[in-house]
Parts: sequence; C-alpha cells; structure tokens
Amino acid sequence: MNVTAATARIESGASLWSDAWRRLRKNRMAVVSGFVLLVIAFLTVSAPILPGVSDPNRQDLELGAVPPGSGHVMGTDILGRDLLARVLHGGRISLLVGLVATMVSFLIGVTWGAVAGYFGGRLDNAMMRFVDVLYSLPYMFLVILLLVFFSRSVLMLFVALGAVQWLTMARIVRGQVLSLKNQEFVEAARAIGVSHAGIIYRHLIPNALGPIIVYATLTVPAVMLQEAFLSFLGLGVQPPDASWGVLVNEGATVMGLFPWLVIFPGVALALTLFCLNFLGDGLRDALDPHLRKD
Amino acid sequence: MIRFILKRLLWMIPTLWVVATITFFLMRAAPGGPFQAEREIPADIKANLERKYGLDRPVGEQYLRFLGNAVRLDFGPSYKNPGRSVREIIASGFPVSLELGAWSLLFALTLGIPIGVLAALNQNKPIDHLSMGAALLGVSIPDFVLGPLLIFVFSLSLYWLPPALWDGPANKILPIITLGSVYVAYIARLTRSGMLEIVRQDFIRTARAKGLSESLIVWRHALRGGLLPVVSFLGPAAARIITGAVVIEKIFAIPGLGRSFVDGAFNRDYTLVMGVVLFYASFLILFNLIVDVAYGLLDPRVRLT
Repeated sequence: MNVTAATARIESGASLWSDAWRRLRKNRMAVVSGFVLLVIAFLTVSAPILPGVSDPNRQDLELGAVPPGSGHVMGTDILGRDLLARVLHGGRISLLVGLVATMVSFLIGVTWGAVAGYFGGRLDNAMMRFVDVLYSLPYMFLVILLLVFFSRSVLMLFVALGAVQWLTMARIVRGQVLSLKNQEFVEAARAIGVSHAGIIYRHLIPNALGPIIVYATLTVPAVMLQEAFLSFLGLGVQPPDASWGVLVNEGATVMGLFPWLVIFPGVALALTLFCLNFLGDGLRDALDPHLRKD
Repeated sequence: MIRFILKRLLWMIPTLWVVATITFFLMRAAPGGPFQAEREIPADIKANLERKYGLDRPVGEQYLRFLGNAVRLDFGPSYKNPGRSVREIIASGFPVSLELGAWSLLFALTLGIPIGVLAALNQNKPIDHLSMGAALLGVSIPDFVLGPLLIFVFSLSLYWLPPALWDGPANKILPIITLGSVYVAYIARLTRSGMLEIVRQDFIRTARAKGLSESLIVWRHALRGGLLPVVSFLGPAAARIITGAVVIEKIFAIPGLGRSFVDGAFNRDYTLVMGVVLFYASFLILFNLIVDVAYGLLDPRVRLT
C-alpha cells in the first residue's frame, strides 16, 4: 500500500464521525430535541442547588394544594410540597435509572452478542437459543416478581430493567460481529497473537459502534418508560423519593380535584421521551444511513 | 410447514420448563411467605396452613410436585382467595383481558395502517411530517399518563363516558383507546417504512407500466408486502399489550387477569403468580407461532423449516 492510499484510508476512517455529525446537524428536529434534553438534564442535575426548588420534601400543610401561579410555578401537592421541585428532583431519578439501566443492558448485550458471534458454532447456537427463549417471555412479569419479592430499591431497578433489556442489543451486536470477524484486520490481529478478548473488545466492538450507539440511545427512553410503569404500580422508586412515574401515580389519584398534579409530571415525562426518541431517530439516520427510514 | 409447526411446539416444552423453574425458585428464594401476615398468626395454625398446601415438604419435592401438576394444567388453589382455584381465576380474568387486548390491537391496526400508507404515499410532504411527528408523540406518551388524562377530559369534565369498570360498551371505549394508541403510532411507522421499501421494487413498476390504477397498485400489490413489518411486530405487540393491560386494568378498575397477577405478586400468592406467568408464556409462544406461520404464508420468499 502506498502512502497516498494509506492517508486516504485514515481520512475516511476519521470522517465517519464528522460525517455523522454533519448529517445530524442538518436534522433540525434532532438538534432541537438534543438542546431541550440538555436543558432538562441541566435543570434536573442542578436542582439541589437552584433557589426555591432545592428541597422537594418541604411540606406546608396549611397551604395544601394550590394551583399553578405566583410563588409556585407548577402549584403544590396536597401536603403543600412545591410541584416544580418535585418534578425536577423526580427527573433526576428517572434519568438516572434510564442511563444506568441502559449501561447495564449495554454491557450484558454487547458482551453476549460479541462472544456468540465471534466464537460461533455450538456456543453461538446455545447462546442465541437462550436469547430466543427469553424473548418469548412476558418478561415484565418477571421484573415485577423480582421487585416484589426482593427489594423495591433503585439499585434493584437498575439490575432488573438492565437484565431484561439486553436481548435486542445482543442480536444486533452478534449480527455485526458475524459480518466483521472474517475480515482481514481481524485475521491480522489474530496473526500477531492478540487474545480472543483483545480481538473482541479492541477490534470488533469498536467497528460495530454505530448501530450499538443508535440502539443504546433508543433504549434509554424505553427503560425510562418501564421505570415509570413500575413506579406507577408502586413497585419502583419508593416515597419519599419520587420519579416521574411516582408523581403521575400520585397525581392520578386526585386528578378530579387537582389536575395539575398529573399534568405537569406527565408532560415532563412525555417531553423527555419524545426528545430522546427524536434524537435516537436522528442519530440512526446520521450514523447508519443504511437503516434510514426515508 | 407441518415440520416447522411441530418443531416449534416441541421447543415450547423446554421454554416453559425454564420459565417454570426460574419463577419457582425466584419465589422460594424470596424472603417472607404467603402466610406471613402483618398480624402474627399462631405458630400451629401457620404450620397447619403450610401442611395443607404442602409447603412443609422439602423444596425439591415441592418443585417436582408442582411440575407434575402444571403438566396437567392444575396450578392448585389460590393461597389468598380461599375456595378459588388458580384455574378459575384465570378462566374468569383472561376473557376480560383478551377482550381489552384484542380490541386495542384492532383499534391500532385500523387507524395505524391507513395513516402509514397515507404518509408513505405523500413522502416528505407536510402530511407525512405531520403524521410521523404525531406518531412519535404517540409513542412518547405513556398509557398511564394518557389514561388519567382521558378520564379527566371525557369523564370528569365532559361527563360523556364512565371513568371505570367493564360493564357495557361505554365503559370499554376509554380503556381500549388508552391501551391501543401507542400501537397506532408504532404500526403507522412500520407501515410507512414497509410501504416505502416496496413501492421502489420492480414488480410495482411493472404494475404501473401495464396501466393499473394507482389505488389498485397500492391496496392490492404494495400493501401485501408493505404490511410484513407490521405482521412481525404483532408478536412483540401482544407481549407488550399483555403487560400494558396490567396498568390499564388498574387505572380503569377492570377485573382482568393483569390485575389479579399484580395483586397476587404483592400478596405472595405463589400458586396464582406461577399459574398466570405460565399461562401467559404459553399464550405468547402460541401467538408467536401463529404470527410466524402467517408471515410464511404472506411472504413467498420465506420458507419455514
């Protein structure tokens, strides 16, 4: 290979990400969604140090539930707690669960799929059969059982949700690895004595990152939705902590009298999910033009 | 084809065995038990209860006996609903859940497919952007947010529809819309992308070249292939509808199986929980099998082996 060809390859290798970034920037809705998400993330993360909303549990029983207005932008709940503070602090938990459970599913799914695809043969068959079996289960029922029987803690939520979300990720990664593993660069790595783990983690997975990132982005809203679903059933985050699902559940019980208690947390949750879905769609179009749903 | 079906039915056995085993030992590993009440019951009564339900036996024996009974579709008596067997509870709750789920899916299909076709035929025009934006919005509004909002608007403000229960047709409208609306959005998106892929293919150009009318091309030729993604989505959709129904049944106070399951889990009603999980697992496996067979019939490129 001569020098110019080598340079060209380096350039085209580096430009996947800049290409993607350029395409993403052209998608105005995705950019707006990303910006809205940044604002939401900033507000929720800095909620403990923002004036007026630092304590979501401060009660004012004499005040009771007042509608949105001066003093309380989103009104207060029955115990006189400021709803804006509760929504912001709830968002911290919702976003945290979404991100951490996605990480858990990411680690399990990527490893499982890569190992199955890389080693192939009987191991692959057995591992993917296992995925098939789990696929056909009403797995949320198992999550409900896990949470009821063990502990209803945030930690358990991470584990339980992450543990059921990795199946599709495993399939995607396996497919990618299957198409990559016979290429020359993998053979070269094997020839110079790189270990199996080294080939998987240093050579195969980085080359499959595009679809992995896209799917991970779309996993975050899915997990957040499931967390809210479980919290709504009273199985997720426990009082006095509150996620958006908890707030919607609390609000729904008194909706006839104090509708704002269900509307604001519901809108916060829906808006965040909407932006994440839009950003995920945009990322897919940008990173993976083949999958583009045009 | 027959071989395919038989093979899949045989696979059902190990799958259900895995489910049964996981659930069984999950529950045995959990702290607490079905007869641990807030008010302590006398030790000898508790021992009698446990003897009556065979809970005093070694775990291995309980497990084997449970498997043996499950094979005969006998899940035993419910621990927390005295005098009712798990089979009775499933038999009374499932028809309600099935009705709710089937109508929701039907609602989603009748609304989602036309929207998707319309968006695909007007690709990148305002109507496309509008309907796909609405679809993404629909995917993002959780059903347990939509449900209370619909109750608030149509029951508590306008007084048009009853807010709960499952007595007459009027009771069923809000739950069905709530549960189905998310799938309207999914199905519209899938239909659109499926249609877009199909209308570029040669046989559509051929149809056009021989002078078929546009509506005939769309509804007769393109839709058959364009709906394949929707067909393969039906399996996961059924699973999610079953899960979603848990929440909808809670919101609208519907006496379905999902609510029995959650109540059973909270009360550690082991037999009920096991029965419902196994029942739904078998239901889903059979449903997925039917979907795959239908897919093979619709798509001549797929050969089932």
